[in-house]
Amino acid sequence: MSKVYLALQDNEESHYIVEAVEEDNPAVTVIYQPAMIRMENEGQMVVRRETVEEKMGRDWEVQSIHVNLITLGGNVEEDDDALTLSWND
Amino acid sequence: MSPKKLSLKEKYSLLTRDLEWEYSYRDYKEIFPQEEFEGIKITDWSKWEDPFRLTMDAYWKYQAEKEKKLYAIFDAFAQNNGQLNVADARYVNAVKLFLTGVSPLEYQAYSGFAQVGRQFGGVGARVACQMQSLDELRHVQTQIHAMSHYNKFFDGLSEFNHMHDRVWYLSVPKSFFDDARSAGPFEYMVAIGFSFEYVLTNLLFVPFMSGAAYNGDMATVTFGFSAQSDEARHMTLGLEIIKFLLEQHPDNVPIVQRWINKWFWRGTRVLTLVAMMMDYMLPNRVMSWKEAFEVYFEEAGGALFKDLARYGIEMPVYAETAIAEKEHLSHQAWSIFYNYTHAAAFHTWMPNEREMDWLSEKYPNTFDRYYRARFEHWREMERAGERFYNPTLPMLCQTCQIPMGFTEMDNPTLIAYRQSVFQGERYNFCSDGCKDIFDHEPQKYVQSWLPVHQIFQGNCGGAEMEDVLAGYYRMNLGTDNLDFHGSPDEQRWNHWHNLQTAAEQMKKAS
Ligand SMILES: [Fe+2]
Ligand SMILES: [Fe+2]
Ligand SMILES: [Zn+2]
Repeated sequence: MSKVYLALQDNEESHYIVEAVEEDNPAVTVIYQPAMIRMENEGQMVVRRETVEEKMGRDWEVQSIHVNLITLGGNVEEDDDALTLSWND
Repeated sequence: MSPKKLSLKEKYSLLTRDLEWEYSYRDYKEIFPQEEFEGIKITDWSKWEDPFRLTMDAYWKYQAEKEKKLYAIFDAFAQNNGQLNVADARYVNAVKLFLTGVSPLEYQAYSGFAQVGRQFGGVGARVACQMQSLDELRHVQTQIHAMSHYNKFFDGLSEFNHMHDRVWYLSVPKSFFDDARSAGPFEYMVAIGFSFEYVLTNLLFVPFMSGAAYNGDMATVTFGFSAQSDEARHMTLGLEIIKFLLEQHPDNVPIVQRWINKWFWRGTRVLTLVAMMMDYMLPNRVMSWKEAFEVYFEEAGGALFKDLARYGIEMPVYAETAIAEKEHLSHQAWSIFYNYTHAAAFHTWMPNEREMDWLSEKYPNTFDRYYRARFEHWREMERAGERFYNPTLPMLCQTCQIPMGFTEMDNPTLIAYRQSVFQGERYNFCSDGCKDIFDHEPQKYVQSWLPVHQIFQGNCGGAEMEDVLAGYYRMNLGTDNLDFHGSPDEQRWNHWHNLQTAAEQMKKAS
């Protein structure tokens, strides 16, 4: 199985997103690099709107992840409730 | 009653797919004249998927937010004299190389996506290309804004655009994009959208920007990451176009594979500049080129090609060579630039003892064995007042336009040298990859504008080196070029920080 990954700019908003990803993807590996945070997971990773909203304590649109996004690897699926990355192998 | 809020999917289909209309009084082929000549077969454009489902209204909203954040940081950087806080003045040479070599490619990408977007019969692809085109225009603008601050304090930045179209090493990235833009629309998408954006841009931006962060350059980090936030969308578009082409018709598979082979190789050659930047130009090093290549190509690219195997797509044909080269690329490239620094608009230098040790540690198989002794010798020559500059003009590879300085991978002491004869003329190449690309389309590459040939033909300002460098390239000789040690950049930096150069210390002591 290959790893999908998602890297965000290291800032306040991203910290909540990372917390949410850790909660929804317990096996995720989080790597802190200069000015960026990289998350990796085998096969699949999901960023769920509800979990992020809970961590932030306010409304959050999935598409606003673009503001803090640096790079990603995997097939993308995005709707109102979640952003999902996956490899189908 | 308030109107129901549209879901992303509904909004996407209304604001993109719904913009399409029936062509009733003109023939489809007249409207999209470039859709067939490359041999690609499209049976149904409606199968095009855009995973991000970004619509124009949301696009403007998020892009505006990114710009606001970015310019707040530029202002803070300028107000706080951020240029004084970089690791040391050598670092700025990486910025010079970026502005002269990479930023103009953003402009080429803007123009390229606008051009090919017009050629696609599918509205989904057209809208995605339009957004990417606007992104790329934003990238070139923000990069020029960010680096204009450095231009007030350091040499070598002021003529970046003029130089990009003329200077020998800048013809490497320039000709890469010219090659893509003079191909058909589908090849351009596989070249730039997939091979470059998906497979390789991570290697350009992520290490470069982490490097900037590590060397105290917050302005560059921010424009870099702000640009990267668009890049994730570009990568997804690149992957989408590949999947779309492969699903449309089995006849597309071999064509796409050949383009992947070609553009992967073209791209890795361009990234040579990044390799040497990472290993030699950053005073505080983040990771070696070799490590970056392992994470962003071998691991990430490996996962990608495993995913594409179901379509019959394989790893690019010269991936093995590129993997072997990760041990050598930066050292060989830095040697070339050290040789020709008198003809470059940035400074080079020999690594100090601590930096050589870092290279030995990161490259245990190659650095001590093949490169360290040569570099120590050059350092000795410099100490003796005989800094080595190579007075000849190098032969260039007809395809990638890099001086022919790369070696065979099974014998790193032997220069790699390939040739082809076409219509009675002999052409030279740095590698099998570059030779294959030429052999497939010789009529295209015989037209290459090779800087060294052009100098010898008298097309670059005159017969003397000064005519070329000062006149045609607009370099300020003795200022923009030559070794970092002794440069006005170094003197100013030392003055700002009350430091002494080695030469000044010697003078005082005697
Ligand atoms: Fe860009
Ligand atoms: Fe891009
Ligand atoms: Zn070549």
